[in-house]
Amino acid sequence: MAFVEIENLSVAFGRSMALRGINLSVERGEAVGLVGESGCGKSVTWLAALGLLPASATVRGSVWLDGKDILGAPKARLEPVRGGRIAMIFQDPAASLNPVHRIGRQIGEALTLHRGMTGERAKAEVIRLMDQVGIPDARNRINAYPHELSGGQNQRVMIAMALAGEPELLVADEPTTALDVTIQAQILDLLTTLRRDTGMAMVLISHDLGVVSETCSRIAVMYAGRIVEEAPSGQIFSHPGHPYTRGLLGSLPPLTGPRRRLVAIPGSVPEAARMPSGCAFAPRCDLSTELCAQVDPAPLPLADDHSAACVFAKPYQRNVHPVAGEGAFARERVLQ
Amino acid sequence: MLQYLLSRLLRAAVSIVMVVTFVFVVLRMSGDPATVIMGADAPPEAIDAFRKAWGLDQPLWVQYFAFFEAVFSGELGRSMRDGRDVVAVVLERVPSTLALTIPAFFVNIAVGIPAGVYAALHRNSLIDRCVMVMAVTGFAVPSFILAMLLVLIFSVTLGWLPSAGQDSWRNAILPIATMGFGGAALLARFTRSAMLEVLGQSYIRTASAKGLPWSAVVWRHALQNAAIPTITIIGFMLGGLVAGAVVVESVFSWPGVGRLLVVSVANRDLAVVQAVVLMIAMTMVAANMVVDVLYGLVDPRMQGQARAARR
Repeated sequence: MAFVEIENLSVAFGRSMALRGINLSVERGEAVGLVGESGCGKSVTWLAALGLLPASATVRGSVWLDGKDILGAPKARLEPVRGGRIAMIFQDPAASLNPVHRIGRQIGEALTLHRGMTGERAKAEVIRLMDQVGIPDARNRINAYPHELSGGQNQRVMIAMALAGEPELLVADEPTTALDVTIQAQILDLLTTLRRDTGMAMVLISHDLGVVSETCSRIAVMYAGRIVEEAPSGQIFSHPGHPYTRGLLGSLPPLTGPRRRLVAIPGSVPEAARMPSGCAFAPRCDLSTELCAQVDPAPLPLADDHSAACVFAKPYQRNVHPVAGEGAFARERVLQ
Repeated sequence: MLQYLLSRLLRAAVSIVMVVTFVFVVLRMSGDPATVIMGADAPPEAIDAFRKAWGLDQPLWVQYFAFFEAVFSGELGRSMRDGRDVVAVVLERVPSTLALTIPAFFVNIAVGIPAGVYAALHRNSLIDRCVMVMAVTGFAVPSFILAMLLVLIFSVTLGWLPSAGQDSWRNAILPIATMGFGGAALLARFTRSAMLEVLGQSYIRTASAKGLPWSAVVWRHALQNAAIPTITIIGFMLGGLVAGAVVVESVFSWPGVGRLLVVSVANRDLAVVQAVVLMIAMTMVAANMVVDVLYGLVDPRMQGQARAARR
């Protein structure tokens, strides 16, 4: 069994469904990218897994961590997991750090919680962590407040805080979105280096397919609260199976070859409360037919490690059992 | 920090000058003190003599500068009623007022802040709703209505507590309850909304994601941040310690500064009114200074501003 296995996870805020049955697994040491437009449920997936959503959210499904379901587990079991086994960093580092506490204290807090360190030992470890994430002059910066640091430095502080608990999985929720482009690259490099050095797994949440493909070996594409395609990074680019993935690829500017116009995906993500029947992407899809408005396709294997949830996706690897023909109906699933 | 304080002091001085000017102008526009004090049917010679004695026959700007000169030399003049030094007249009332406002201030804080925090932490619960109903009531019902309601219940109907005067400590209970309830209601509302705002912030999610128990998230991360806006309200209350009891003192015939102010305004006793208002302005300004210092202690970003101001 994988280190983390999310099984049929659904989240509803009142009557609107934010997640509609997510299945995703993360192996030890693996880097997985989670890609999709704003509001498709990328962050909610992991906030729900760690029990960090407000009480108004209805969460169903299972999240298996090392074979134990942690979804809805009592606080006493969840708190050691948060930051200790699965750490999370967020989009806006300046807002994610407490403005009235010194950064050394905020990092040290995680050390006390998960590794029982206090006093001078904790201080020395905070300085080591700050060195490790590339904050210059750590010995003095330990006393700085978040507003005295730049956005990139604050994100490094967040990463140091996440590393403090020696987690087995780091969930990086759009870690570079609020940062300058040059800083973005530095932070991504840092994450890659840290992963190599510590062997921790990583989930990189992003709306940027380019960013994710450089950093992760496997990519899951999300649309409207569901994973619509999942494959190793290379195959996402060589054999995109879902029209939404193709749309995302089309909106990436190519660095080589002739200049071309970027293709935008028309329309916008449907509101969670007004999900169309059938395939959620159908209203924006240029392939959509009457069938798409009726069936909500389940993921179909296109190759060993590649699946896409589209009735028109074609398997491209011989040894994958073909389900074409009558298959279109075999994989259909009617919306709840 | 020193320069920061000095700039604040300068601003404070400007506020006081403006308040004094305002009082000077308004009081002189709203009626002739000579006629009010001497009576409308007093002989014209007597009125002229009164005006001459108090300098009211001088042009306005002369009176104005004379008044400023007096303020800066600490000579605020004599009461037009009984000829005593106004500073003494005002200061002898201060202990009575503080005997009401200081206990009320502690009631405000001891009740208002915990109620607001609890309501925010249990948003939409039954207790939250009760707290909010009480808070809105305390906010919406004017203090004199509440005061009369309390008198009706505890003095008239039950006969437990006296309704007026200053004979014993029991006389202070109803005025303190009136002011305590109103202030606690205001503070509970502000604390609740400050706390809700903070609990929705990203750094609270970070603290939870770090693995901190919820109680530690609230105590270590939420409260200090929620304290920042709440301090503003507490500052207003602090500034009102001397002046805040005008209405309540009048209802309960409590011989404090507030009642002195009301009586002096009615009598056009300019010197006393000016002295009271000046003192109120000074306590307000002093309270603001305290708030600024507290901000610096609670919010490190303000210290940054202080440093920037020094450069």
